[in-house]
Amino acid sequence: MIKAENLVRKFGSQVAVNGISFEVKEGENLILLGTSGCGKTTTLRMINRLIEPDSGTVFIDGVDIRSRQPEELRRGIGYVLQNHGLFPHYTVAENIAIVPRLLHWKNTDIRQRADELFHKLNLDPSIAEKYPTALSGGQQQRVGLARSLMVNPPVLLMDEPFGALDNLTRIAIRHEFKALDELVKKTLVMVTHDVQEAFEMGDRICLMDKGEIKQIGTPEELLFSPSNEFVSGFFREQRLQLELKSVLVTEILPGYPEKEITVWEKMEALLHIRNDDSLEEQLKIEDLMRAFLAYKKK
Amino acid sequence: MEQEQSFWQFVVQQSDKLWSQTWAHLGLTLISLIIAIVIAIPLGILITRRQKLSGFVLGFAGILQTIPSIALLGVLIPFLGIGPKPAILALFLYALLPIIRNTYTGIKEVNPAVIEAAKGMGMSKWQVLMKVELPLAFPVLMAGIRTATVINVGVATLAAYIAAGGLGEFIFGGIALNNSNMILAGAIPAALLAIILDFLLSLVQKINFRSIRIAYLVFPFALITLSSFYLLPTQIGGRMLGGFTPEFMGREDGYLGLRKIYKLGIETVVISDAVMYKAAFEKKLDVISGYSTDGRLKAYDLITLKDDKHIFPPYYAAPLVRQEVLDQYPELEGVLNQLSGYINDSTMTAMNYKVDQLKESPEKVALDFTMAHHLYKPARAAGHGTIRIGSKIFGEQYILAQIYKILIRGNTNLNVITKSGLGGTKICFDALTNNQIDFYPEYTGTGFLVLLKPDEKTLKGLAGDIDGVYHYVSREFKHQFNIKWLKPIGFNNAYALMMRREQAQSLQIKTITDLTNHLNQN
Repeated sequence: MIKAENLVRKFGSQVAVNGISFEVKEGENLILLGTSGCGKTTTLRMINRLIEPDSGTVFIDGVDIRSRQPEELRRGIGYVLQNHGLFPHYTVAENIAIVPRLLHWKNTDIRQRADELFHKLNLDPSIAEKYPTALSGGQQQRVGLARSLMVNPPVLLMDEPFGALDNLTRIAIRHEFKALDELVKKTLVMVTHDVQEAFEMGDRICLMDKGEIKQIGTPEELLFSPSNEFVSGFFREQRLQLELKSVLVTEILPGYPEKEITVWEKMEALLHIRNDDSLEEQLKIEDLMRAFLAYKKK
Repeated sequence: MEQEQSFWQFVVQQSDKLWSQTWAHLGLTLISLIIAIVIAIPLGILITRRQKLSGFVLGFAGILQTIPSIALLGVLIPFLGIGPKPAILALFLYALLPIIRNTYTGIKEVNPAVIEAAKGMGMSKWQVLMKVELPLAFPVLMAGIRTATVINVGVATLAAYIAAGGLGEFIFGGIALNNSNMILAGAIPAALLAIILDFLLSLVQKINFRSIRIAYLVFPFALITLSSFYLLPTQIGGRMLGGFTPEFMGREDGYLGLRKIYKLGIETVVISDAVMYKAAFEKKLDVISGYSTDGRLKAYDLITLKDDKHIFPPYYAAPLVRQEVLDQYPELEGVLNQLSGYINDSTMTAMNYKVDQLKESPEKVALDFTMAHHLYKPARAAGHGTIRIGSKIFGEQYILAQIYKILIRGNTNLNVITKSGLGGTKICFDALTNNQIDFYPEYTGTGFLVLLKPDEKTLKGLAGDIDGVYHYVSREFKHQFNIKWLKPIGFNNAYALMMRREQAQSLQIKTITDLTNHLNQN
């Protein structure tokens, strides 16, 4: 779907991106992970031509993006920014309608699609006529996402989409976004510096440093078979939590009825139930932990 | 004395003139503003795109802003002549900086995340500008336009100096003629114009730029532009043109007398004496009202027309001193009177020529003069007291003030400060009566007509009578203001009509009557 080949970009004498190549399959979520200044945002912006590479090429669906008009290209790619980038002089409804209007949609179609997204993103329809400054941070970020999804672009680029939110809101919205059916089908490239976020949202993670890719692979690959010292060092502090998040319960307890649930999520659920004391759960946290440690030894 | 006219009576009596001046003022302000908007906004946008140009453009517009307005007008005369054209250009230049700067700042202050979002969503550069940058910069940009408007209403008063009309005619005429009603009749409408225009623009500032289509703005904009041109004073030209100072226009011994006694029917414009001589030399004006000892007469090869019906009273210069000062420092009177008899018309013209044209400093000219006539003595120790000498804002007065300074420092133990460049007769005289200065050189004719404002009978009885006028002003000033006229210095700096020598000769005009006849024949 997206293929980047040997991208290089300098700003003055500083090399921001130095020979980066990767591929994102259709429907896949790729996370560009790294500290500030590692070149991840520059890489992202080269995909919708907000920044032109000095050398190298990006293909979308096999077509070199340089052969397309930048404006026309961008209208077909959803773009979500850290500071949401909502127009302060437009109401929420008008903000959401920007790209459809650029594509000359009919008003009724715009309204219909907006209603649909409002519903899916748990947005109160009464905010449609409000200006962005009247919204909470979480609402602003949801509106920003709704705006990028309006014309249902196959590709979505997100630049630290949860970066401006407080911790609790961030985790809540992240869970919500992850569960959103609109996002499941999308090819998504997301920039973040938050390791937890990368592990939760990413099918694959591209760990970058100083303009270069240190390792690219699934969360499990990065955790359990780091290809160099930098990669293992990067995850050291949060290692246990990340491991719990990247392993499915079915992997340590084959035949467990709940599929697609990580050990971490199961533990959270169990803690919750214990507090509740209403249900008798057969599985105990201690059992889960023992099974996990046994799995790790293998 | 005649009952003094009330402000309201003045306004009613001059309402035609007041309206035409107000409209002309509005016209000058709006046209220059509109041209400035059309040029400054694109320029402001350009320098947000080409950062390297911004320093240069803003710096240049800033320099324009610091040029004194009257100097700027003077510089423009050789290229654009006199009248509305140079005035509009000058006003336009003054309006540039606030509009360029606020356009630039307004766009620069737009949140970069918003612009990036706009680009990222696929807006073209033009769409980003029109839908995002300009609407968000609009309040700041409008604030710039409002600043420019208020500046322009103020500076447009100076248009009266170069025959472009406007409310400055009343303001400067009033200052020169010591007529407060006239000053207020110009100043109040000018202030109201500034307030009203600013208010109207504040309404525009609140318009939600996006909710109206650009097309709806074009029509009122065009309407204002076109109507502004209509408001301008009609183009001058055609037959001979007279350019007179605001003071001369309002005086019995000036334009009013020329009309009444000579029946002179010449097209006139109001102009400042700072640019009048040059405009005559540049053939923008044919007849001007000058002073007979002015150095520029010599420099621009102008000749004076003989006042064959004696409407211009004598203007002998003499120090005008507060009696209290003479009582406090009795030695002063004798020292000031030393100068009496030393300067005749041609001596004064020659000294004025040195200052006005050869650009010698008044200090040097005064020193050379006192040396040559053995009036100079080295300055004595000061400490006895301080004398404040005033002078009006032209070369001759500067020279006289410097000569008096040398005389006082050389002959007394008094200290001297000069307060030169007091705007006009009224300002100078008010400074004297309000104890801001101790004396200044004044002209008998000015004291007689401008400061005393005698009735018709006195005026007729004394016209052309040199000694009579001097005795009359001496007596009246003592009586009314406790101010003393010392001995006349000797030269007569009277009003005179002037023309270019070659034109006067080719038309065989020597007297004002000749001029009247010539105008009647053509």
